[in-house]
Amino acid sequence: MEFLIKPKGKFNIGLQELVEYKELFYFFTWRDIKVKYKQTAFGFLWAVLQPLFMTLVFSFFLGSSIKQQSDLLMPYPIFALSGMLLWIAFSNGLSNASNSMVNNANIIKKIYFPRLIIPISAILVALFDFFISLFVFFIFCWIYKTSLKWEAILFMPLSVLMVSFAAIGGGTFLAAINIKYRDVRYAIPFFLQGLLFVTPVLYPVNFAKNEAIQLLLKLNPISGPLEILRASFSNQVINIETVLLSALTSGVLFITGVVYFRKTESYFADLA
Amino acid sequence: MKPILEIQNIGKKFKIQHEHLPYLSLRDSLKQVFKKSRSTEDFWALQDVSFDVMPGDSIGIIGKNGAGKSTLLKILSKITPPTKGQIIGRGRIASLLEVGTGFHPELSGRENIFMNGSILGMKRFEIAKNFDAIVDFSGVERFLDEPLKHYSSGMQLRLAFAVAAFLENEILIIDEVLAVGDAEFQKKCMGKMDDVSKSGRTILFVSHDLAAIRSLTRKAALLNNGNCIVFDDTEEVIKKYSENLINKTSGIFSTSGNITKIHSAKIISLNIENRNKTKKQIELIIGIDIETNGQENTSFELILKDSKKQRIGLVSSYQFHQKKLPSKKGLYSTTIEIEPLNLASGEYFIDITTSIINQCWDHYIEDALSFNVSYSNPLGYSWDFKQDYNYGTMALLLKSEPKFVLNDK
Repeated sequence: MEFLIKPKGKFNIGLQELVEYKELFYFFTWRDIKVKYKQTAFGFLWAVLQPLFMTLVFSFFLGSSIKQQSDLLMPYPIFALSGMLLWIAFSNGLSNASNSMVNNANIIKKIYFPRLIIPISAILVALFDFFISLFVFFIFCWIYKTSLKWEAILFMPLSVLMVSFAAIGGGTFLAAINIKYRDVRYAIPFFLQGLLFVTPVLYPVNFAKNEAIQLLLKLNPISGPLEILRASFSNQVINIETVLLSALTSGVLFITGVVYFRKTESYFADLA
Repeated sequence: MKPILEIQNIGKKFKIQHEHLPYLSLRDSLKQVFKKSRSTEDFWALQDVSFDVMPGDSIGIIGKNGAGKSTLLKILSKITPPTKGQIIGRGRIASLLEVGTGFHPELSGRENIFMNGSILGMKRFEIAKNFDAIVDFSGVERFLDEPLKHYSSGMQLRLAFAVAAFLENEILIIDEVLAVGDAEFQKKCMGKMDDVSKSGRTILFVSHDLAAIRSLTRKAALLNNGNCIVFDDTEEVIKKYSENLINKTSGIFSTSGNITKIHSAKIISLNIENRNKTKKQIELIIGIDIETNGQENTSFELILKDSKKQRIGLVSSYQFHQKKLPSKKGLYSTTIEIEPLNLASGEYFIDITTSIINQCWDHYIEDALSFNVSYSNPLGYSWDFKQDYNYGTMALLLKSEPKFVLNDK
């Protein structure tokens, strides 16, 4: 096996190397899940409690008024919970990934492996929580007598995939910046809090009457996946425009993030 | 046969920023846009380092602190890219810049073996295959399912080394990981390393421990200020290194004590070859500048240490000579001459300190001076009495040659 170590080489994504090190994805994800729930009394329940609590609060205070002012084709709690689940997968994934390089600085400085594994594993941890909390969602569906349509088999994975792309894009970008500017660590929580309100998680796109805000909502990388996810258990028609615009943002985000990360990663060990 | 590693003109540049904080922040960076000149300085940690490593070689890399050893290892392990030059490698490379990389205190010993092994580049089946042997080597089988945070530091270390010992890569890069642990464990590690190098794999080994370098490696590279000065047989390189050791024969100190301050010190003469040619004793003359604010009952001391920084001797102006520092404020110079010593060859360090008599040190300067004894045999015979042999640091001479009286009853 021949290898070459040079000053900065030509840019490539390094897919082959990622495949070679595929077991590390598993180990990093596994480690973070293990560590996250070790010495907790509730264990995996924590993954469920966060979206559940938010859903209950919003259903109780805002549910009826939102339902009145828009044309929801499903019970509000189902609408809000599905939104929260996907949103939490995204926001946890993004913030885990952004901090992942700094948190693993001691490893980065001592050993080489494709660096992309770290932020991507951080996102896989968030996805794991998402799948756990999906059970609660199914219980909600049963309570509100909402049944999944057969398209769900296709729609659910697709929406998760789109969210993952968006989270990987944003996460790798912020992780790379975070290594250099620790400001990112502090900016992320309130950035995400703000973003939640311009994402159709707790209210539908057409709830906003202003055109500009509607466009902003459609450009949001989470809107498309939400649209698809919600179509898998309601008669809501997928707004193709929303999905495409949102996918476009995701795509740009993904490419920018991963390319920027790859371009700067060789100096992480010097900066971390 | 092609070399397994070709290191060609490797250079690594760092930018040193003066008057700057270690962490960048966005604000600083914005400020920089408006502020033209920020004094940055280029610093070459490595420059034009080249050598070839043949398969099966074990190579030592030696040099003083800051010579560039760790930077070279980091480049070889792909952790940081070189600024210049290139390295061609032919084989799977594994680097052990630290033992237990990726160990997590919350995970159990068993889990950490898998995590650590995987980070080191082992495949899962390889770890599983060697699992029992790893556990056996580490000697922690009873605690395998306990979280690592409950392990003693010695146990953590043994576990970490055990994982690393079963790496099957063709090229191993090892950075002073053996400098830790008790003597017995170090011996075990050295034995394992010896096996590894005999098994035909290639090892690059950085250490300050010349004895370890000598016993493990056949060839060595000597780095100094980022340059590779020699690349040759280990014995030759070590000899060069000992000769070239640029000792701290003088020092100016910026710190200060509460009531006194040692300004500077220097070795005025280190007379190894005595006037009487056959006797090779060490006569040490040291000049020291001390400032005192005039407080009474102060004294100064020198502590002589061997290459392992073990304290081996004391000079005390008060306790041995009843001589205190002057009780009048001022800066004083003194020259002291230590009686001839029969020191073993090797490196020595001197701590210089002032003290309040029978109470405490005042201004303590660690490793203020250092010197090297290149060869030792007090009467000038050929056997070199070395510190490394572990027979102590003093040659004890007899008053006269031993006489053997026949006592046959």
